[in-house]
Amino acid sequence: MNIAHNEMIETIRMIQMENLDIRTVTMGISLYDCADADFDNLNQNIYNKITHYAGELKAVAEAVEREYGIPIINKRISITPIAEILGKATKEQAIEIAKTLDKAALELGVDFIGGYSALVHKGMTKGDETLLDALPEALSVTERVCASVSIGTTRAGINMDAVAKMGMIIKEAAERTKDQNGLACAKLVVFCNPVEDNPFMAGAFHGTGEGEAVINVGVSGPGVVLSALKRHDDANLSDISEIIKKTAFKITRAGELIGRVVAERLNLPFGIVDLSLAPTNAMNDSVAEILEEIGLERVGTHGTIAALALMNDAVKKGGAMASSFVGGLSGAFIPVSEDNGMIRGIMENSLTLPKLEAMTCVCSVGLDMIALTGDVTPATLSGIIADEAAIGMINKKTTAVRVIPVPGKEEGEMVEFGGLLGRAPVMGVNPYSSEKFIKRGGRIAAPLQALIN
Amino acid sequence: MMTERHAVVSVIGKDQVGIIAKVTNILADNQINILDISQTILQDFFTMMMLVDVAGRDNLDRLQDQFNHLGDALGLKINIQLEEIFQAMHRV
Repeated sequence: MNIAHNEMIETIRMIQMENLDIRTVTMGISLYDCADADFDNLNQNIYNKITHYAGELKAVAEAVEREYGIPIINKRISITPIAEILGKATKEQAIEIAKTLDKAALELGVDFIGGYSALVHKGMTKGDETLLDALPEALSVTERVCASVSIGTTRAGINMDAVAKMGMIIKEAAERTKDQNGLACAKLVVFCNPVEDNPFMAGAFHGTGEGEAVINVGVSGPGVVLSALKRHDDANLSDISEIIKKTAFKITRAGELIGRVVAERLNLPFGIVDLSLAPTNAMNDSVAEILEEIGLERVGTHGTIAALALMNDAVKKGGAMASSFVGGLSGAFIPVSEDNGMIRGIMENSLTLPKLEAMTCVCSVGLDMIALTGDVTPATLSGIIADEAAIGMINKKTTAVRVIPVPGKEEGEMVEFGGLLGRAPVMGVNPYSSEKFIKRGGRIAAPLQALIN
Repeated sequence: MMTERHAVVSVIGKDQVGIIAKVTNILADNQINILDISQTILQDFFTMMMLVDVAGRDNLDRLQDQFNHLGDALGLKINIQLEEIFQAMHRV
C-alpha cells in the first residue's frame, strides 16, 4: 500500500476523534447582472440567480463528504455586496432584499448567506446609505443573512463618519433583537481591510474583483493541533512551531482536495483555501486551549500574545505550502463565544477586553463574538471599532469587530446565542466617554504605510 | 479503459473472532476486489486497513450502510472513504 497503515490511522483519528472537518464550502456568486431600475425585477433576479447557481451546492457537498469520509460542516453562499446593486431602492426595499436572501438560503439548505454588505471606507454612495439605514431591521427580521461593512483600509484610511454610524447601528440591531440577547449583532461584522474571498461568516462577501461564481473553502482543526501538541509535552518552542506547521499542512491539503472536488462537480472554478483555525464549542476544539497547551496557565496571561503570534505564523507557513491558492483571512480566529477556553479565560478573570484587543494585532481577524454590557453607548462601540480599525490600518492586516451589546445584561452574566454561535460572558467596557472624539466625524487619513508605490 | 478509483476500508475497535471474514464477505457480495490489506493489534485494539478497487462505482452509500450495520453489531467503526484524502494529507 502506498500509504502506510499508521498514516491512515492518523487521518482517521483526526476526523473521528479530533474534530478535523471542512468548516465551510462557500459558493461566491456575483449579483452585478441582477441590477435593474425596477425593484421587483431586481428582487426577483437576485432570488433566481442565487437559487439557480447554488441549487446543487448542498447535495454535491454532502455527496463529497460521504465519499471522502470527511465532514463538511457548513455549506454557505457569499454574494456581491448588496449596496453595490441597490441603485435607487428605498430602505424598505433593501429590507425586502434581505428577506429574499433569507428565503433563498432557507430553500437551498445553507445556514448563512453573506454579503448584505457595503464598502464605505472612503465615502458613502446612496446605495451604501440605504443599506446602512436598513441594517438593524434587516438583521432582526432575517435568520440567515450576514452583513459586513468596511469602514477602513490601509490605502484609504478610516471613514470616521461611518464608524460613528456603525456604533448606532449595532446598538439599534441589539435593541431590535433584545429577546434573543441581541442576536442580530452576531450577524454583523465591521471590517478594516476586508478580504474579497473570505469563506467564513459573518464576514463573507463576493468581492468586486471576483468572477461570476467560485468555490472557496475554509478548513479548521484547532482540535487536531491541540492533540498533536499534547503528544509533545517537552518540545521547545521551535519544535512547537514545526508540529503546528506539519499539522496545518495536512489539514489544508484535505481542504484543498475537497474544495477542488466540489468545484469540479459543480463545474465552477476553485478559488482559495482559507487556512484559519476556527474554534467551536466542541470539546478540545479551542484556540485558547492550544495557547494553554503551549504553556499558559490561562489564556490572557502574560505571554499570550507571543504564543498566539507563534501559532498564527506556524499555521500560515504550514498551510501556504499545502495549497496552490491561499486566501481569505487565513490565520487564527479568536472568537469568544465559540471557544470554551476563551470563555473560561474571561470567567476566571485572566482574559480581558484590552488583552483581546492586543491579541488582534497578531491574530487573523479581530474582536469577535464578544458580549458587552447592555448599557454600552453607541460612541463607545464606535470607539472600539475605531481602535480595531487603526490596528488593521497601520499593520496592513484585516481587523474586525463583531460585538453584541446585550440589552439588559450586566458584566459577568452569561448569555446564550445558540448553535455554532455559542455563549459568552458579558464584558464591561471602559466607563469613560469617547463621545467627543466620535462626534468630530471626518476621516482618518491613509497612513504612511499606504504610500508604497 | 475504466479510470482507477481506489477506496480505503478502515476497521477500528476491540479485537474479536471473525472480523476480517465478515468485512470481506460484504466486499465479496458487492463484487469488490481487495488490492491490499494490513492489520495490527495493539493492546486488544484492532485496526485494519484495506485498499479496495471501486472503479465504476459512483456511489459508496450502500456499502457504507452495510458496514454501519455490521459495525453496530460488532461494536466496531467501519468506514469506506476514497483513497485520495489519505494521499493528499500524507504525500507531497
